[in-house]
Amino acid sequence: MITQKVFLQIFKKASLCRNFEKIAFEQIQKKNIKFPTYLSAGQEFISATVSEMVKTLKIKPLIFGQHRAHSTYLSFGGNINKLIDELLGKKTGCAYGMGGSASIHGKEINMYGHDGHMGTQGPIGVGACFVSRHPTIVFLGDASAEEDYVLGALGWASTKKLPILFVVEDNNLSILTEKKVRRNWEMDAVAKSFNMLGYNIPDDPKVIYKYKKNLFKKPMLLNIRTNRLFWHAGAGQDSDKTFDRYKSLLKKFGEEGKKIDKYYFNKLNGLWKKRLEKQ
Amino acid sequence: MEKTLRETIKELIRKHLKTKKGQVFGQCLTAVGWVGGTLPELYEKDGMVELSMADVAGGGIAVGAALMNSRPIYVIRYQGFNWYNAPMILNYACKSKEIWKRPCPVFIRSIGMEGGIGPVAGSSHHSLYYRMPGIKIVSPMTPGEYKEIYKKFMSEKEVYYVSEHRGAYGNSEEFKNDIDDKKELIIIAISITRFEAEKAKRNLEKKGYKIGIKHVLWLKPFKISPKEVSAIKKSKAGCLILDDDYVDGVANSIGNKLNIKTKKPMYTLGLKDKSAGFSKSTDNLPPQSQDIEKKIINILGEK
Ligand SMILES: Cc1ncc(C[n+]2csc(CCOP(=O)(O)OP(=O)(O)O)c2C)c(N)n1
Ligand SMILES: [Mg+2]
Repeated sequence: MITQKVFLQIFKKASLCRNFEKIAFEQIQKKNIKFPTYLSAGQEFISATVSEMVKTLKIKPLIFGQHRAHSTYLSFGGNINKLIDELLGKKTGCAYGMGGSASIHGKEINMYGHDGHMGTQGPIGVGACFVSRHPTIVFLGDASAEEDYVLGALGWASTKKLPILFVVEDNNLSILTEKKVRRNWEMDAVAKSFNMLGYNIPDDPKVIYKYKKNLFKKPMLLNIRTNRLFWHAGAGQDSDKTFDRYKSLLKKFGEEGKKIDKYYFNKLNGLWKKRLEKQ
Repeated sequence: MEKTLRETIKELIRKHLKTKKGQVFGQCLTAVGWVGGTLPELYEKDGMVELSMADVAGGGIAVGAALMNSRPIYVIRYQGFNWYNAPMILNYACKSKEIWKRPCPVFIRSIGMEGGIGPVAGSSHHSLYYRMPGIKIVSPMTPGEYKEIYKKFMSEKEVYYVSEHRGAYGNSEEFKNDIDDKKELIIIAISITRFEAEKAKRNLEKKGYKIGIKHVLWLKPFKISPKEVSAIKKSKAGCLILDDDYVDGVANSIGNKLNIKTKKPMYTLGLKDKSAGFSKSTDNLPPQSQDIEKKIINILGEK
């Protein structure tokens, strides 16, 4: 069970991620960010919760993210200024100005870069986990999870009984193509058929948090259903009817929620401003 | 008795596992044959890691191991299987140091072999890797060369594509270049063609031709000395570059570089521009000594 303290902590992280993306959205519109940018707004409770689950275990896992990874980076404690600089294309960025939005990494948080080819983080994360025997988390989109080499890597991770967690951020979309157009199966069933633990759950922190007990004890896959609020890449919205968990929890946390939201907005706004002035 | 290339590789790998605590990754490693006798009889507890038959994922797993600086040796049993094994080596391992300052040193043992294997996997495919920045490509055919490149790999943090050939495993001799300013034509030979090139050179010399030879270990970066450049410039007819791959790759690329440097013509001979069948009459083999001799006589004229 999740304590109120941890729940609040998760909300704070989500708020950090959401406000970061909100400002990034504006900066794309103002053309201060000049390359394809993959905003993770709407999906932030996944990495916010998973990073808290890991924290209580006092583990610093290897992290393999994919192109939509701002929230992953921020939730696990990546340096905010370095992410801003990266999005501004500066050498002082977390990926030295080479990584843009899709290929960020952070040595200080054991987060490895992604090469922008969907799903490569699957096999690469498995190989890293195998030789290091270090707890490892691989984040995948619902479409990236379909890559044949991801499936091959899942099977091998299970065979080798690795201390690994696969998190499928299932926003039901591959750019704009829905899951039902692409397949008639689910990733949790695939995981189970590979003899791994596999679950299909919503991105509700209270639900996700329950799976802490098996974390890194056995290979596990969590298919977490979520919503992408903005366009696949860039600043725009496909629909204003998309369910927004952040908004709903913000309401639930009442005045305290509002205070947290405002705090992160102001803090991040200040940081962005400073970095932009340094341009 | 001198050690063969086969025994040399086997010994280096034993040391790699036992004293360097490295790993070897690949498919069906511990089965009968032990990859042409080039692997010591060791198992997973010693670092000999059996992958599943998921070739594309296997390449990625080796890359992940390399990212942890565990110095993996990745065995690709037929070079043609690189169409499936190469993607993450090329697009991740080769770029990792430049983009994220995280070296990803992996030693790819990619093995060529041809004859009677049709479209499956024959010949060398080093040209597939050649165009990517961030990779070193070597093709050792002798025990001395193999020891040299393994040592260099262990002292650096680079991705190595090691283009091997089964035909060379029994070899225990070293090759010598023969280049001076008096040659009419210089053969530049890569991979298994080096053996046939030596034969062709001897036969042609008996007929009165003055043929030089340069044995290529380093395909990328390609190395050529000022003395060699001078010899090519002074030659009558430039170079004939031989490869065990299709010529539209490493061979033509080296030819282009040397042509610019020396202003001499560069001829190439490799696999023919056609698909190989299984039968002898439809196969596609690397140039044999008689093909090389014919080509050179064609260039220099009858004597
Ligand atoms: C190997 C490869 N194929 C295709 C693409 C093009 N592509 C980029 S992102 C994307 C969709 C990714 O969807 P998903 O993995 O679900 O992540 P999401 O964008 O939904 O977060 C596609 C098809 C790619 N980058 N790499
Ligand atoms: Mg998706």
